[in-house]
Amino acid sequence: MTALAALLVRDMRLAVRIGGGALMGVLFFLIVVTLTPFAIGPDLVLLKRIGPAILWIGALLASLLALDRLFAADHEDGSLDLLLMGSAPLELTVLTKALAHWITTGLPLVIATPLLGLFLNLEPQAIGAVALTLLAGTPALTCIGLIGAALSVALRRGGLLLPVLVLPLTVPVLIFGVAASNAAITGSGFGAPFMILCALTLGSLVLGPLAAGAALRQGVE
Amino acid sequence: MLRLSATGLGCVRGFRNVFNDLNLQLSSGDALALTGPNGAGKSSLLRLLAGLLRPSAGRVAFEGDTDEGAVAERAHYLGHLDAFKTALTVGENIEFWIHYLGGEHDAAPALAAVGLESLEHLPAAYLSAGQRRRLSLARLIAVSRPLWLLDEPASALDSAGQEMLAGLMRTHLARGGMIVAATHGPLGIECKELQLGRSNQ
Repeated sequence: MTALAALLVRDMRLAVRIGGGALMGVLFFLIVVTLTPFAIGPDLVLLKRIGPAILWIGALLASLLALDRLFAADHEDGSLDLLLMGSAPLELTVLTKALAHWITTGLPLVIATPLLGLFLNLEPQAIGAVALTLLAGTPALTCIGLIGAALSVALRRGGLLLPVLVLPLTVPVLIFGVAASNAAITGSGFGAPFMILCALTLGSLVLGPLAAGAALRQGVE
Repeated sequence: MLRLSATGLGCVRGFRNVFNDLNLQLSSGDALALTGPNGAGKSSLLRLLAGLLRPSAGRVAFEGDTDEGAVAERAHYLGHLDAFKTALTVGENIEFWIHYLGGEHDAAPALAAVGLESLEHLPAAYLSAGQRRRLSLARLIAVSRPLWLLDEPASALDSAGQEMLAGLMRTHLARGGMIVAATHGPLGIECKELQLGRSNQ
């Protein structure tokens, strides 16, 4: 386990030291959420109604922001070859990198959500619901994004391809994340969509690393 | 005694046949120099042995040992790229690889062995090409693995550095290690030579 712990520490350290980590994702989230009211106009009732959806879309786009460098940076400096030659199974190595990525980009988005919720005229209860669904849903976004990040390793300028590959796959997470948030606000059956959201997260925690591992083995050849 | 055995290896890169039916045997204490013109498949053979490329035919395995693990986990691969993060210090870089690759030694003696002990706290971004190569060599010393796969190990090293490299390789062989090195110049150690190129296609 020490091998994976060392990898976790290294990736988190790199995310903090190199720009584009935690702060960049939160800033991007802030900009997306702030732009929306300008586009829609000062209709507080409408903002309140679509607030959870705006927060979810903002978080979805922000979580993709740094993802294209996840494996590409390691591929370019040769680290990926050595990561593949470690004794830890590749899938666990990939999952560890995903965890480090989530802690440095996904978690800050969840923490920033209460503040940004205020911008959209959301009630405290609605803010809590969105933050909770994001906490449950952002790991799924990271793990689905892993597949795209691994596939784009071998491609020059894969960064542009990544959102095209990944965003369609995140649609179910978005649907059930927003559905659960809205259900909590209107007081109608929060449980079912939230459970499905959690199931999507658990499923992608397993499938994401497996698929990304297979893609990486192909990618280094 | 540990032996590395590759039988009937074939390699295809981009629909081009690089080499066919290549056999090699290496026992503890043996060194093998891969020579040949550019594009002869020296680097491809090293990556094949490291498990980073899949052979189109044949297999690579360790023999004669109770613990017949995968070759990749018991080999060091020193490629053209250094595998160091410029945002981390020299010490942090080497310590990460020690932990990740499962080494039991400390970073300090390995850095001292390659002459980088005074630069431990310097970010790796400020190292010269030769110093980066020395840092890569520190990884070989800090984590003991029986097989060293070296791709142009002497590139960018000054003459003192090349002597140091030869010394490290001699020590490794004396301890029963194995080395396969792709090279254009003399390695500075006693070794067999495998010439890749036209003859074995």
